Formats: sequence, structure tokens, C-alpha cells
Amino acid sequence: MTKKPERIFVKGNEAISRGALAAKCKCFFGYPITPQNDIPEFMSSEIIKAGGDFVQAESEVAAANMLLGAGAAGIRAMTSSSSPGMSLKQEAISYMAGSEVPAVIVNINRGGPGLGDIGPAQGDYYQSTRGGGHGDYRHFTLAPGNAQEAYDLTIRAFDIAFEHRTPVLILGDAIMGQMKEPIVPWEPESIDEENGREWCIDGHESKREKRLIKSLFLAEGALAGQNQHLQAKYDAWQDLAEAEEFECEDADLVICAYGSIGRIAKSAVRKFRKEGKKVGLFRPITLFPFPNKALKDLAKQGKRFLTIEHNLGQMVDDVRLAIRTVADSDFYPIYPGNLPTPDELEEPILKSLEGK
Amino acid sequence: MSEMNEKLVFDKPESVIDRATHYCPGCHHGIAHRLIGELMDEMDLPGKTLMTTSIGCSVFLYNYLNVDAVEAPHGRAPAVATGVKRARPDHFVFTYQGDGDLASIGMAEIMHAANRGEKISVVFINNTIYGMTGGQMAPTTMINQVTTTTPAGRCQTHEGAPIRMTEIIASLGGTAFAARGSLDSVKNIRAAKKHLKKAFELQLNGTGFGFVELLSGCPTNWKMTPLQANERIQNELIPYFPLGVYKDVSEEGGVC
Repeated sequence: MTKKPERIFVKGNEAISRGALAAKCKCFFGYPITPQNDIPEFMSSEIIKAGGDFVQAESEVAAANMLLGAGAAGIRAMTSSSSPGMSLKQEAISYMAGSEVPAVIVNINRGGPGLGDIGPAQGDYYQSTRGGGHGDYRHFTLAPGNAQEAYDLTIRAFDIAFEHRTPVLILGDAIMGQMKEPIVPWEPESIDEENGREWCIDGHESKREKRLIKSLFLAEGALAGQNQHLQAKYDAWQDLAEAEEFECEDADLVICAYGSIGRIAKSAVRKFRKEGKKVGLFRPITLFPFPNKALKDLAKQGKRFLTIEHNLGQMVDDVRLAIRTVADSDFYPIYPGNLPTPDELEEPILKSLEGK
Repeated sequence: MSEMNEKLVFDKPESVIDRATHYCPGCHHGIAHRLIGELMDEMDLPGKTLMTTSIGCSVFLYNYLNVDAVEAPHGRAPAVATGVKRARPDHFVFTYQGDGDLASIGMAEIMHAANRGEKISVVFINNTIYGMTGGQMAPTTMINQVTTTTPAGRCQTHEGAPIRMTEIIASLGGTAFAARGSLDSVKNIRAAKKHLKKAFELQLNGTGFGFVELLSGCPTNWKMTPLQANERIQNELIPYFPLGVYKDVSEEGGVC
């Protein structure tokens, strides 16, 4: 990778957009919804300049289905949305998972349920990690905690999508999306956009057999076979799980938090460390696959756990599943609709640390 | 006459795969498939075609035409085809959709794809009923037509009136070509092929969106013989859904 020397000052949303362009994203299909509008707005000019195409779709449903079409044609493509819009995209995401179409989808999570608010929240964790649409499926879910990571993970998302023929979700929130901070853009050395596309529909003038991208399997046992194949693929992803461990080594208490909340929790950890209190942070970067092994390894060391989320308790399920044979986790919810600060987290962390 | 002098006058188009279809006796999907297959051969399309199939009886179109295909969710074929075409603008892209798919659940997608002037072609099979799901009411079901969800016949004050899609699509700015044909008779089948050819040409020369509605029979769900179904198209459907070209920008000299 060639690091470009310059730093630029951008919102997280713009970092994602620039990351997509660096990854040679060629088509963007968008629909306005706050707080992700910077992405389609940026793309509407920049992807055209880069020789790609932009469509403002008539709905999130249509945008996600356009993505399905472009992905089936073997092209690097992306869509973005925010929570209520993500619900509408789930239909196409299920189809993309079922027919193994690669694509990148961004969700800048806002408060819910329903119309909720336009502030930051993490209430879409279940939807993002369980397969929010119908059927048995999963997809990669990446959770950047800052603008640089948003840029880096967006580039990675395209590689993962095409390597594993899967939709990849980038899950941010209004803090990460709207906050401006410096990033150092970089570009992958080379991307062979046609390599590994022996499955896609691109016409068969070379006289090969025709290709079908489909999720319908009616013959007896055919769907079972496809589900078995998909499940094996998802199981194998476990090796690619990733998390940041900060001050965990000698910690008595490990805070589990992701995305913006992971970043805020990190500030709280720093403060406690200055006071000599042994607190660490475990921040999953892949929410699916969830970093089970790394977390369980920490549990085996006899540490206590506190999960902090900007929701009423969703990732805590995965934390408990990972460590269930060894330990348990306390939970502290930040109710969506509130903007959390590191100070607010001190009391629940202290309580957990003292085992109260 | 010796065998040597016999001239083959009718054969399977190369683009149509040699296999039995799953369609019911008297169904017109087979005719529509053949027309598309003939045009594919004549216009040298198979190697550069990316087909978007949809939901209902016609989902298996990809088993009968020898071209690359992607399967779209209910009603979303025009959006999927938009993505395909934007991704690979040099390819020929078409959707094949029934009346429930296109005029009900997919109404938004077809309207906006047409209005944007997507360079795709849409083949719309209108048989006034949901076929694969067992004969429920469609947006194009005729007044008084009995279906499994209008057991007393479609009533305008309760279920609304049958939607005339071609007229609506023709009114949109991005539409380059909109026509309605019928598959009930040889004469109408020949005209239908001309409509399809024109729609395909207008995509290939980059002019814009082409839409061809084809009135079709569903003898099974209409509870008719194939011949009765053809008579119904002539006597009942064509008077309400008049045949012909509703918009052709190449004739008008317009640009979309």
C-alpha cells in the first residue's frame, strides 16, 4: 500500500465515500435519509468524475435492488442508508445473501424504533448481525469507530464482498458519520476488477455456458444444499473476526463496546487508568463474525465484563454467548435519544469494577 | 417429392433451449418466449444479453432462454435491471414481468425506471390474474372477473378498476416506446413481435426505455379451454386494453 502523505479533514460519512472511491466502487445507488445524506450527496458528483454511475433511486427498496443488479453483473457497487431505510433494504439483502451477490451497504444507525430520531444509536445491532431480512443468512458486518477506520474498512469491505460473494454491511452511527476529523487517505496498490468474477453475469460471447444468479431452489433437497453451503461459508468467517483490545492485559474489568461507544468508552478507560484502576476495552470491529475466541480467551483469565451499548441490550447477547462457559457480563444501556459522554460511563464502570 | 427437396420452414430459435416448459396447456408464455428467442437470433443478442427475471410463472424464463440472467425479488425487476444496465451499459438488458409483479407490488419500480428513461426493455405479460399463486385478483383483473380473492367478481367500488399500464407508461417522459400487443392470434402475434423488435432496437441504439404489454391467456386460472381463453382476449380484453403503439419517439422524432 502506498500511503499518501496528505491529511484531509472530513466527516465520517465522507470518509466512507472516499474509501469507496479508493476501492474503485463504480456504481452508487442512494436515497436520502438523515444522518447519511453526505454519502449520496458526495457520490452524486465524485463517482461520476471517477467514471462511475450514480442513481438517486425512488426508494430504499429500489436502491438496494439496483445494488443487487450491479453486484450480479460483477461490478463494485454500494448503497447507504439509515435505520428506517435499512429496514426497506432488507428484502434485497436477503436475496443478495441467497444468491451470493457481493455488495457494500452502509447503515448510519439512528435512533429507533420507527421513525425514532436522527441522533446516534446502536439499536440496529440485531438487524445488522442476525440477517435483517427473511431466511437463514448472515453477512459480514464491520463497525468502524472513527473516520480513518471508516475509510479503511470501506476499502476492505469491497475486498471481503467479492472474495466471499456476500453483502458486507458497514455499521456506523450519527456520531461517526457527522463528526469531522482528519484522515490520511490511501489507495490499494491495484484492484483487478474482473478477477474472480467467473460467476457473474456479463454476457457469454465467449461461448461459455449461460450463468444464473438466483436464490430460488425448488427441487427436493436443493435449498437444503444451498443453506448448508451458506452456513459453512459463515462458519469459516469466524477466523476473520477482529477486535481492538485496549489495556486488557492486566485489566480486572473489560468493557465491551463497539463503534462510537467503543471510542467514548476508551476515553473513560484512559481516565480510570490514570487513577490506577485496572479497566480495559474490548472493541469488536467485525460484529459478524463476532470475535468469540478473543473474548473467551480474556474470560479464561478471570476478568469481569461490562457491555455498554447505545441500545437496550443487543450485543450483550453475543458477549454472553462468547464467554458463557466461563463468565458473565454486566450490562449498561445508553438509551437511544441521549448523547453519551465518557463521564456518564464512569459510574456504571466503577460499579462493575467493584462487583456491585 | 424427395427428402432432398424438402425445405425446413419452422424451427426452434437457437436462443431457446430445447426442453419442455412447465407452463399449462394453452398458456401464452411459451409464445412470448419464442418471440423473444426469435428476435435474439435475428438481432444477434444472446452473447450480450443480461436478462432480469421476476416472480410468478415466468420466473423460470431463465430455464428456457440461453442467456445470462439474474432473478429479482417481487416487482423489483426494473430496479435490478437498472443496476445491471448501469453496471454494464454496453449490454442488452430486459425484464420479463407479469401483471401482479409489474402493476401491483412493482408499480413504483416500473414507473420510475420508465421515467428515468433507463435504457432497458420491459416485456409485460398481462393475463389479468395471478397465475402461479393460484388465481388471485391482479391489478388488471377485469370488472366482474371471478378470481379466488374476488369470488363474486371484481367490483369497481370495492377493488378499483383494471389498470391500463401501457397508457400510463406512455405518459412518462423517459419512455421511448410503449405498445400493447396480444398473443391470441397469428395476426396479433406478428404485430407483437414488431413491437418487441422496436423496443429492443430503441435500447440498442441508446434511445431509451421500451415497454411492450402482451395480452395473454391463463386458461387454467380462467377455468377455460385454450380456445375459450383466446376468445376472451378478443371479446373482453382487447376492447378494454386496446392494441397498438402508444408512444414511439423514433416516429415522433423526439429525444428522451
